[in-house]
Amino acid sequence: MTLAVDVAGVHKVFNSGRPNQVDALSDVSLQVTAGEFVSLIGPSGCGKSTLLRLIADLLEPTAGTIAVNGKSPRQARLDQDYGMAFQQAGLFEWRSVAKNIELPLELKGWDKDKRRARAKEMLELVKLPDRADAMPWQLSGGQQQRIAIARALAAHPSLLLMDEPFGALDEMTREHMQAELLRICAATQTTVVFVTHSIPEAVYLSDRVVVMSAGPGRITSIVSVGLGGGRDEDTREAKQFYEKITEVREGLRGGHAIAGQQIKGVDDR
Amino acid sequence: MKLRSLRPAAFGILALALLLAAWESYRNWFGPWLGTKREVGKVLGFKLLPRANDLAMPSVFDMGREFGKPQVRGSSTNVFEAVLEGTFNSLKLAVVALILGTLIGIGAAILMSRFKVVQRGLMPYLVISQTIPLIALAPLTVTWGGEISILGFEWQKWTSALVLGAFLSFFPIAVGALRGFNSPDPAALELMDSYASSWWSTWRKLRLPAAIPYLAPAMRLAGSAAVFGVVVSELSVGLTDGVGYLILAYLQEGTSRPAKVFTAVAGTVVLGLLMAALINAADRFFTRNRPQEEFS
Repeated sequence: MTLAVDVAGVHKVFNSGRPNQVDALSDVSLQVTAGEFVSLIGPSGCGKSTLLRLIADLLEPTAGTIAVNGKSPRQARLDQDYGMAFQQAGLFEWRSVAKNIELPLELKGWDKDKRRARAKEMLELVKLPDRADAMPWQLSGGQQQRIAIARALAAHPSLLLMDEPFGALDEMTREHMQAELLRICAATQTTVVFVTHSIPEAVYLSDRVVVMSAGPGRITSIVSVGLGGGRDEDTREAKQFYEKITEVREGLRGGHAIAGQQIKGVDDR
Repeated sequence: MKLRSLRPAAFGILALALLLAAWESYRNWFGPWLGTKREVGKVLGFKLLPRANDLAMPSVFDMGREFGKPQVRGSSTNVFEAVLEGTFNSLKLAVVALILGTLIGIGAAILMSRFKVVQRGLMPYLVISQTIPLIALAPLTVTWGGEISILGFEWQKWTSALVLGAFLSFFPIAVGALRGFNSPDPAALELMDSYASSWWSTWRKLRLPAAIPYLAPAMRLAGSAAVFGVVVSELSVGLTDGVGYLILAYLQEGTSRPAKVFTAVAGTVVLGLLMAALINAADRFFTRNRPQEEFS
């Protein structure tokens, strides 16, 4: 199996040498194989978003190496090997839905017809085929997030990096979007690295859940979930689902040195 | 919908009618009545309210009649035509000055948002530039006429008016555009970075469109600044074909035809309104696809 992401012995220090120095990540190693869905979960300040940004080459590691599709993160970024989605859909309000999806293709220098065709294809993938000419503010939060995913996947990247993409959605929409994301990833064979605060979300979506802890940010355990391909609404009530949730929760507790300390910022829903 | 869009115009006309009615009733009734009472209208022995005679407060109807009179005795053009022509000449200058000021302002804002060093270095000078009294500067630029000639281009009086209009209008644009260019969310900038977008592409596809809502109010300020700059420099450099100069010229006849100068004043008001309408139309055009905010 080829490695989509290979993080080896990475350290990240912010404000090095100054009084407000922060050890965001300490000796982090993680390998993600192609086609895998991996979630990063942990309390606020555990460096999960930092790790995602290091993979995306939006930040540079202080020490250690990172490879994306066997290339340097910079080269992977220049080649648009990955797409990104954030908690806020972040659609450009002055562009129509189709034009938003076309944004990464414009930057790649695609011609207009090709862009149009791809936008149409992506709208069908996220099941909003008739909203091409709508403006973003005319869509619901869930629809906006679908467009953000369509935009992230428009250039057919092999890797999708997501930073709490469903964090701002209500619970019902969120579960629906999770199922949609699984369907889309299965259809496009995309590798996903997914940052979340929610244990059930991580367990439901992932092949593996990477549990992190803070001060300094590090990986404390990796839980293999293996709920299989046929996940549906019943999966959320299955015994194995609850067992894995418990396992992740214990991983989060174990990561904390002081017993009884509350785990901030992790959602038990 | 149609009726609703007419409402602001109706209120505007109503407000103007009220103002004119107040003027007329003061000069016809309240003012003369005040003249019979020595004590009223004085504060601490100082006279606050103006005398209501034809020299100080000509009648609105006299002003109206002035439009139809010949420009000077025996001339074939009447005052209306002269004011109209002057207003149009000034508007042309003010619009070009605004465009020039906008380009310079946006250019300065691009440099400032691209290089933080430039922002720190340039901003104090921009602020200082706006404290220079325009009337002092205007005659100075006229003397440049003899000194400056670029590629055969001769410095004219209208060049001075243009430069001063642009000089006054670029500042609000620079400040508004800078805020606008720096307004995108960090996540939006990260998104563009994740596409390996160059600084210039990010500017074109994100920073510039994000700045449009900030540019609209800046343009309104810049529009009136351009009008002010052009009209005042017409007065002080003696640019005879503008409406600003007409105020000066008509004021010479202040004793014989006191109502005449108000026709030119009306011209400057129309000039300001036309400028505001142009900017509004531009704003509507550029924000046609955006969520509409209600603003009066």
